Amino acid sequence: MSKNLKALACIASILLASPAFAAWQLNMRPGITELSKQAYGLHMEILWICVAIGVVVFGAMIYSLIKFRHSKGAIADTTLLHSTKVEVIWTTIPIIILVFMAYPAARGLIKDEDMSGADMTIKVTGYQWKWEYDYLDQKVDFFSTLARDSNAARIKGSGIDPYSVPNYLLEVDHPLVVPVHKKVRMLLTAGDVIHAWWVPALGMKRDAIPGFINELWFRADEEGTYRGQCAELCGRDHGFMPIVVVVKSEADYAAWLNAQHAPPAEAAPNAPAAASAAAPATT
Amino acid sequence: MTATHIADANAHVHSNSHEHDAGHHGPMKGWRRWAYATNHKDIGTMYLIFSLVMFLTGGLMAMLIRAELLRPGIQLLDPAKFNSMTTMHALIMVFGAVMPAFTGLANWMIPMQVGAPDMALPRMNNFSFWLLPFAFTLLLLTLVVPGGSPAGGWTLYPPLVLQTGDSFPMAVFAIHLMGASSIMGAINVIVTIMNMRAPGMSLLKMPLFVWTWLITAYLLIAVMPVLAGAVTMLLTDHYFGTTFFNAAGGGDPVMFQHIFWFFGHPEVYIMILPAFGVVSEVIPTFSRKPLFGYDAMVYATASIAFLSFIVWAHHMFTTGMPLIGEMFFMMSTMLIAIPTGVKVFNWTATMWKGSISFEPPMLFALSFVFLFTIGGFSGLMLAMAPADFQYHDTYFVVAHFHYVLVPGAIFGIMAAVYYWLPKWCGHMYNMTLAKTHFWLSTIFVNVLFFPQHFLGLAGMPRRIPDYNTQFADWNFVSSIGGFCFGATQLLFVYLIWSTVRSGPKATDKVWDSAAPIGLEWTLPSPAPYHSFEEAPEIK
Repeated sequence: MSKNLKALACIASILLASPAFAAWQLNMRPGITELSKQAYGLHMEILWICVAIGVVVFGAMIYSLIKFRHSKGAIADTTLLHSTKVEVIWTTIPIIILVFMAYPAARGLIKDEDMSGADMTIKVTGYQWKWEYDYLDQKVDFFSTLARDSNAARIKGSGIDPYSVPNYLLEVDHPLVVPVHKKVRMLLTAGDVIHAWWVPALGMKRDAIPGFINELWFRADEEGTYRGQCAELCGRDHGFMPIVVVVKSEADYAAWLNAQHAPPAEAAPNAPAAASAAAPATT
Repeated sequence: MTATHIADANAHVHSNSHEHDAGHHGPMKGWRRWAYATNHKDIGTMYLIFSLVMFLTGGLMAMLIRAELLRPGIQLLDPAKFNSMTTMHALIMVFGAVMPAFTGLANWMIPMQVGAPDMALPRMNNFSFWLLPFAFTLLLLTLVVPGGSPAGGWTLYPPLVLQTGDSFPMAVFAIHLMGASSIMGAINVIVTIMNMRAPGMSLLKMPLFVWTWLITAYLLIAVMPVLAGAVTMLLTDHYFGTTFFNAAGGGDPVMFQHIFWFFGHPEVYIMILPAFGVVSEVIPTFSRKPLFGYDAMVYATASIAFLSFIVWAHHMFTTGMPLIGEMFFMMSTMLIAIPTGVKVFNWTATMWKGSISFEPPMLFALSFVFLFTIGGFSGLMLAMAPADFQYHDTYFVVAHFHYVLVPGAIFGIMAAVYYWLPKWCGHMYNMTLAKTHFWLSTIFVNVLFFPQHFLGLAGMPRRIPDYNTQFADWNFVSSIGGFCFGATQLLFVYLIWSTVRSGPKATDKVWDSAAPIGLEWTLPSPAPYHSFEEAPEIK
């Protein structure tokens, strides 16, 4: 138990250090894009509708369980077998509720899929177990893998306390950098197996499928660092290929881009060994 | 272990079959009774015991998973082992625990509920059961094969699953055997129901458990071959150079997902419809009131079965379908809420103005209705594609499907066992123990799975062996709930074992104060070896 308390103390300190990571988090966060706020709004709307239905249905059940107890001498009304009126009502009301849910959901979906008018395009390739980001038209291309300290701590028997590692398992060597307020279109594919690119604060998740190109878009409203993980089981180290997106102001982004161009030799590696080791289907 | 009792049962010659039983013998002695079993009760018993063993095996794997996830950091299982534990846990629970349990219940109860002496096809019945031990031996042997057992998730998505080592064909053949077993079980159920009902029992007079199983059986026949086909295509992709699921050869990995979920979504209902049936038997009995809206219940079940075929791609919203496809699958999925709602409302209306008592089967049925409904709510949330882009492949999904499968399917099975066990073995069980099992299970299943909603909403992906410290608290709670829930199930095993061996004699109606309706209650307890040797008359 004292170990648990120590864990709690650790969490408290992390909480102070980084307000984005609250312990005992209960709910989704609204995030920093139109799509994430839309997902959050829809989530909350449906949640409250479900809570309301739950109150009515569970209320009726609990009332029955208290009121019509055999031990309190309740006599069953065995003539109550069926009532067309009631049955029509409780079929119609859910249909009406569903229409109210379907409308915002359909609108949201149309927005999610609207890739038009993108300011820039980044190609993401998932590999076992890292991401490659290719800024199309910018000649910037780099790999993003789990940070060294996390990678050391996550080994079985490493003896390193995960609480001592900042952003344990959610830190990378080279984060994706994007400008704020720009519509970023991501093209997703994979070199070996299916991965999925997901940063909760950006509000979109898409599978990266070998041999196919998927797309998603986001427009970050706030600067900051946002973290996510691969969201499709992709083998042994599926849990260890995080995603970090740094949203910078336009000027800072331009500076970052210039810095990337400065040493061009470093930023153009070939396909990693992991890619050729995978997918033996045709060989 | 039940041998003596069934032999006992045979001694109780059913009153109206006195003059007809001259040509009937009791069960064979020793191992032959089980190996050559053609009796629906013997086969049902074997199915149920098999299911219980698999439940404990899969449960043990779940305990290992929860132990690894107790704290951040890797303590017990390296990531590859962890992945094979999640994969094997799912395959064993779905195909080894839940499905055989329902087939066992069908074997025991369908002949007794439709007034038949036995199942229609007893030798196929024997074959369909005896495939299972071989299927699961094959599957479990993958744990000791070089390269490890399948670790690509129970959904077997290529290309990842094609990286499995030598255990891959073993898993595929195990699935083939399970599928063949399920199909045969389903054919037997359909033939029995269609041909062996007592005179006067029209389809719309059948008990709800029989109805739900009839519909389930059609689902099984429709989709198990689809799964068999899908895994066979994986096999040929792996070993014979086909490229069904490989883009480099003109195939498509996502096509596997379409085929898999065309099986997978009806499969979800295969695992829940018979539980609906059980609950629809138990709630009226202990409310002392017939089921409200019987016809609506039947039509709702059929509607759910139909809809289950046109919603599969809601498992695949993130694969990048065309907008119109996402719209269709979102809307069709939402429609399922309507017939499911009808069912919950009908159960509630059955209790309304009833005379309710809280015997263990009723407790489990009530817990089922409450907690399954919570699983239904999260299902509705997951149907909303724009929100699903956030929920997909997180612990929110894990919480959702465990709510519909554990306090859903498994509690349905437990309600059935507590409802009919005295009829099967002729002994009453210890009520206090059964209620203790109920309360501990219900409390801990919520401690186990409710926090997983929070984890998913906070952004924890599923199928990861280790996590950021922000997820530590709820994982700790969930694991503690898991260990307690797991330990509680040992009570269940003990209760069944001790009840089958001994206990106060159960009456023919078992639940006398509730006067249960149904042909099974007109038989003595324990039920005779050949349930109805002479067909009862239904008015």
